[in-house]
Amino acid sequence: MDGTALLTITVLAVFVGFEVVSKVSSTLHTPLMSGANAIHGIILVGAIIVAGQAADPWVLAVALLAVVLATANLVGGFVVTDRMLHMFHAKRDVAKTGPGPGAGRK
Amino acid sequence: MSLLDPVWTSLLYLAAAVCFILALRGLSSPRTARRGNLVGALGAVIAVATVFLSARLGNVAWILGAIAAGSVVAAPVARRVKMTQMPQLVALFNGVGGGAAALVALLELGHADNPWVRLAIVFTLLVGAVSFAGSGITFAKLQELMTTRPVVFPGLPVVMAVVLLAAVAAGVAVVLTGSLPLAVLLLALGLAAGVLLVLPVGGADVPIVISLLNAFTGLAVAASGLVLGNVLLVVAGTLVGASGTILTRAMAAAMGRSVAGILFGAFRGGSTAGSTAVSERPVRSSSAEDVAVLLGYAQRVIIVPGYGLAVAQGQHTAAELALALEARGIEVDFAIHPVAGRMPGHMNVLLAEANVPYESLKEMGEINPEFKTADVALVVGANDVVNPAAKTSSGSPIFGMPILEVAEARQVVFLKRSMRPGFAGIENDLLYEPQTSLLFGDAKESLAQVLGAVKAL
Repeated sequence: MDGTALLTITVLAVFVGFEVVSKVSSTLHTPLMSGANAIHGIILVGAIIVAGQAADPWVLAVALLAVVLATANLVGGFVVTDRMLHMFHAKRDVAKTGPGPGAGRK
Repeated sequence: MSLLDPVWTSLLYLAAAVCFILALRGLSSPRTARRGNLVGALGAVIAVATVFLSARLGNVAWILGAIAAGSVVAAPVARRVKMTQMPQLVALFNGVGGGAAALVALLELGHADNPWVRLAIVFTLLVGAVSFAGSGITFAKLQELMTTRPVVFPGLPVVMAVVLLAAVAAGVAVVLTGSLPLAVLLLALGLAAGVLLVLPVGGADVPIVISLLNAFTGLAVAASGLVLGNVLLVVAGTLVGASGTILTRAMAAAMGRSVAGILFGAFRGGSTAGSTAVSERPVRSSSAEDVAVLLGYAQRVIIVPGYGLAVAQGQHTAAELALALEARGIEVDFAIHPVAGRMPGHMNVLLAEANVPYESLKEMGEINPEFKTADVALVVGANDVVNPAAKTSSGSPIFGMPILEVAEARQVVFLKRSMRPGFAGIENDLLYEPQTSLLFGDAKESLAQVLGAVKAL
């Protein structure tokens, strides 16, 4: 893809990024940050490409390190975000079924 | 292997990019947040499957092994980490992502045949390294492996300027020559810049810095997409960079700070006016029974939970105490400061874990006018978010941060471990006021004693 097309996509993505989180309540700041954090773990795709093309063992070693780090970012990011959000979900169930410590603990 | 032609590859990457956009949008609203996160994970699965099917890759066994290794380490940690330690885990994941982007850029230097690509490489190297090292320092601060107070030394601005100038010079040289040793030097300078950037940031501001570094990593990933000519990396990285910037500003606004003030405040000097020494002024300390009498014969009690409550795992006891008081006909609410805990929304997550009913959690704007009518404000393990210095002392590092107006309540009871200042390292004058009494001890044990005494009334 040529440079101007990539630039166009980049600029449009900036506006989408601004727009998409413009109205978020402070309660969700932490999960949203964590979710965005998981999404940039997609650098894994780049790390896989570089590792897949590596001919030299040193290059491969460094590329595989990048794969490990990127996977940790991607997998860990989504899992920890899901855990945070699970608690928000549990909260609504409790509100419906009535409060109480221990209630709703399965 | 190459099973997919370029058109299908592009379409699948597009699908993944759409998933990421929907994920961010879903995460902005409580109702759709969890589904949004799963949509994001789906996008990631599509993208990773696509790269295996479309590019001609060698070393596939090695790569799969590395992915397995990364997952085996990260998933259990993410699943088992205590909710109180979640902010530092997010910082850690963010840092390794930045590190991965920098390594990818470093390895692509050999293939870069024009200066524009090398410019993108230089950007990725520098920003990725800053994010990696900066996140490492935020992790150490939040984990309390190092002091949470701002670390400043006299020559800091000069050292920072020298490092940045050297990085720019090395960057220009790499763009012009493509020299690998200089690129490694640039990486090292980026790491140094990351450390220097975060060291002077005070503990209370660390969450905002995590968010900022998160946006940085996004930008580094976008730039690495330009290096590899991969549209998905460009779109995903730019999305995170842009939304992360907005989010950082929103967080800073919630704390009444400016991003520039947080990063460079300590450089200007004088802003770290917090006291390190434990004050010798007298305080009124009381017993669990005294506190129980105060609470048990009140009509309206507002509980202000802070990080100390979370650390002591006292959420459940606090919820029980609230129930016991309500059983006596007392109106009880929890007042949640936007940055109570360690991050915006952190305390909501922790109290939700303890099954505190949603209706009892009041946000700051809603509860502040009600402190006037409260008989007792019970502050459990919170300090900075109720410190009047934020309103009155313009030299204080937390000056301008909106606080919970507990001083308005008729009586204020602090449950505290010690007289040590809070996370921001600032003394709280409210502790010495005549309407204030203190009960020292671990938050959970103190709450349990008070609970027992209330039940015995």
